[in-house]
Amino acid sequence: MIKEFRLPDLGEGLTESEILSWKVAVGDTVTLNQVIAEVETAKAVVELPSPFAGTVAALHEQAGSVVEVGKPIVSFEVDDAGASPSGVGGTGAGATSEGASAENPAETAAKREPNLVGYGAVVERSGRPARRQRTFAGGVAEREATVEPAVEAAVEPVSAAEALPAVESMAPFAAQGERTAEKERPRSTPPVRKLARDLGIDLEMVKGTGPRGLITRSDVQDFAAGPQAQGAGSEVHAAAAVGASGERETRTPIKGVRKFTAAAMVQSAFTAPHVTEFLTVDVTPTMELLTRLKARREFAGYKLTPLTIAAKAVLIALRRNPTLNSRWDDRAQEIVQFNYVNLGIAAATPRGLTVPNIKDADRMTLLELSTALSALTDTARSGKTSPADLTGGTISITNIGVFGIDAGTPILNPGEAAIVALGSVRKAPWVHNDELAVRQVMSLSLSFDHRLVDGEQGSKFLADLGAILSDPAMVMTMI
Amino acid sequence: MRSTVLTDKPGQDAYQASNPGISAVSPRRTGGDLVQLISPEGERISHPEFDLWVSDVTDEQLCSLYEDMTVIRRIDAEATALQRQGELALWPPLLGQEASQIGSGRALRDDDFVFPSYRDNGVAYCRGVEPTDLVRAWRGNASAGWDPYRYNIATQQIIIGSQSLHATGYAMGIQYDGSDSVAVGLFGDGATSEGDVNEAMVFAASFQVPVVFICQNNHWAISEPVRIQSHIQIADRASGFGIPSTRVDGNDVLAVLAATRIALDRARKGGGPTFIEAVTYRMGPHTTADDPTRYRDANELEDWAAKDPIARLKALLRTKGLLTEEVEAKTQAKADEVARSLRAGVINMPDPAPLDLFKHVYSTPNSWIERQKDHYSRYLESFSGSTQEGAL
Repeated sequence: MIKEFRLPDLGEGLTESEILSWKVAVGDTVTLNQVIAEVETAKAVVELPSPFAGTVAALHEQAGSVVEVGKPIVSFEVDDAGASPSGVGGTGAGATSEGASAENPAETAAKREPNLVGYGAVVERSGRPARRQRTFAGGVAEREATVEPAVEAAVEPVSAAEALPAVESMAPFAAQGERTAEKERPRSTPPVRKLARDLGIDLEMVKGTGPRGLITRSDVQDFAAGPQAQGAGSEVHAAAAVGASGERETRTPIKGVRKFTAAAMVQSAFTAPHVTEFLTVDVTPTMELLTRLKARREFAGYKLTPLTIAAKAVLIALRRNPTLNSRWDDRAQEIVQFNYVNLGIAAATPRGLTVPNIKDADRMTLLELSTALSALTDTARSGKTSPADLTGGTISITNIGVFGIDAGTPILNPGEAAIVALGSVRKAPWVHNDELAVRQVMSLSLSFDHRLVDGEQGSKFLADLGAILSDPAMVMTMI
Repeated sequence: MRSTVLTDKPGQDAYQASNPGISAVSPRRTGGDLVQLISPEGERISHPEFDLWVSDVTDEQLCSLYEDMTVIRRIDAEATALQRQGELALWPPLLGQEASQIGSGRALRDDDFVFPSYRDNGVAYCRGVEPTDLVRAWRGNASAGWDPYRYNIATQQIIIGSQSLHATGYAMGIQYDGSDSVAVGLFGDGATSEGDVNEAMVFAASFQVPVVFICQNNHWAISEPVRIQSHIQIADRASGFGIPSTRVDGNDVLAVLAATRIALDRARKGGGPTFIEAVTYRMGPHTTADDPTRYRDANELEDWAAKDPIARLKALLRTKGLLTEEVEAKTQAKADEVARSLRAGVINMPDPAPLDLFKHVYSTPNSWIERQKDHYSRYLESFSGSTQEGAL
């Protein structure tokens, strides 16, 4: 007998969960309560114990997919004797059901499946007006699954005609003839439609490569570039279609830290008007200071780097230019001036970019700051940064110098008014005491939110920062 | 060096951790040292006062304590699995607190009345509540799993700490009746920060009622560590109300049993309320909807695993030569049987009918409820004969 296991509501009122990994494969024999999968809900990562003893007959969802509560995720082959002691068959919670009911999917779908705290998995669907099924330019039917194997995704949108190099660029025209008048217009976005109109291109002729056949800006541009470009593209497709070795592209679902980072960056870039200023300074005196400090006994065993000094310099310069340590509270229509500094440090971690911050960094001595910096980077790299460390930052530093980069236009950590990018320290010809000398120089890039910070304040801050790094004794004049 | 989170002395560390500037201020400590009768290694430690209260515990009874703890852990694990399988909406695991619950539950007399929190399934088990009834409300099939007067234990209280008021009130009733039974209020460390618990202690002290407050300090109020909740030991809070308190190792079933017996005896003899802090640890999540790895150190869990309540009793039984194959097999069989019957009971539990909602609002007929029931039944009938839909 086949028994289905539907994804239960694992929290209180959750509507979906992501299957992180399967612990069993089709054909495996499982015991009751044996862990079969690891699932992440909005609240927690939990292990799913098998509700049956039997053999895994099918896994309906792949690892990595986000599944609605109530959808079947796995089927078991259970012998009748084995099923009966656990008394399966009650109408209960509806998380398990007999295979027979699956034969009438329409009925199953229509039947309301209340979960235990009252949010039906199907309810979400039933309230909304039904939407017409879209048909796409490529004629590819809408697919239900959200995640497909990379190869399949790359190959499917290519029609058979296109796969033949001989008719490569003519494929869209050939396909057009077969279309009927009822077809919807090709999927694209308003800016792309405008671009096509401006370029005099009929979108019906353009092949969409975006999700579900969406025509993207680059599709239109490629089409405009002429048959050569299209041809080259089709050859690529053709190669993939005939199963040539090696993937041409790798598709990774957007999720986790990457998804979060993307959302944060987009939000920041399109809400805060960024201004970036650059300043290259001679940091030889700072490097000398660093050498002297390292030799001192109280710093023995501590990790002192240009970042340590630069972080301290940022904190000192911030005292004279507090505007950069503020936040634009759009909802309250207020500017929040922080009287403390939670110094964010951008860190590349195995999970992606995170910006943990050091709380009350402005009150720390250099020694405390260096300890906090080491702890912060160690924690971030081991992926153990707590949510509290990631929130509440007031200004950030990104140390692009470690990658050998000089300057860039950093994007603000959302909610902050400024971010400083530290370039690499490198030897360069420099005018020193009116003579050309080889000095250690560093580029500083400062992005700030122009809603909060005017050019004057931003420039003064950057100049102060440069002044400290090119002559640490200048701190005497600042505090 | 151990992390400060692991300490048994939350008061001191709370000061040092959050307020280094005033660490010289020593928190007031009257709760005394932690009473322990079985060490984490399973050695029997003698104690001048407490030993008397467990001297009557026979070898057989010691084995039965072991069995109860093993069975309740198994019930807990099965219920957790049932939640993951969609059979229960939610479940609050008690993993790690077996000694606190069995030790206190087994000390009670049948006519004592218990007011438990949602996590005290071990105590309910000791009172004779059927395992299936323990989970009835968690499945959403009933608003209460059992008849409180049948087992002399109230149904599980979800509101944090409010059952302590019920316990005090019930104890006032015992006092009026002139009976020598005792009301027992069970709650956690977080509850002691609630107004209800404080009010309950004020009234309990004022009227010197026969109530025993048993606080299972499991170190975490969901994600809030006890050291932040209380700058003094939890047991010391009671002394502020003039209630004598004891601090016992909550992972030591004999210590909890002795402490509960002492408190019950005092209450029966007119000595008024007692507060017991059983220092234990919630080894699982707050509920099945919680992920403790997001807020607590894995090392902490490891340290407490070394103090496991069942492991230490097992070690003691082994030392005493009581842990025979027969005992092991019998215990295991009992746990398996209870788990099996729990699973069968849950899966075959019939869904309540939609109109059952109106059954338990008033004990006598009520025209307003009747009217609502009539409206709702007509509404249900509008769904082409199917009365199952829209039930929730």
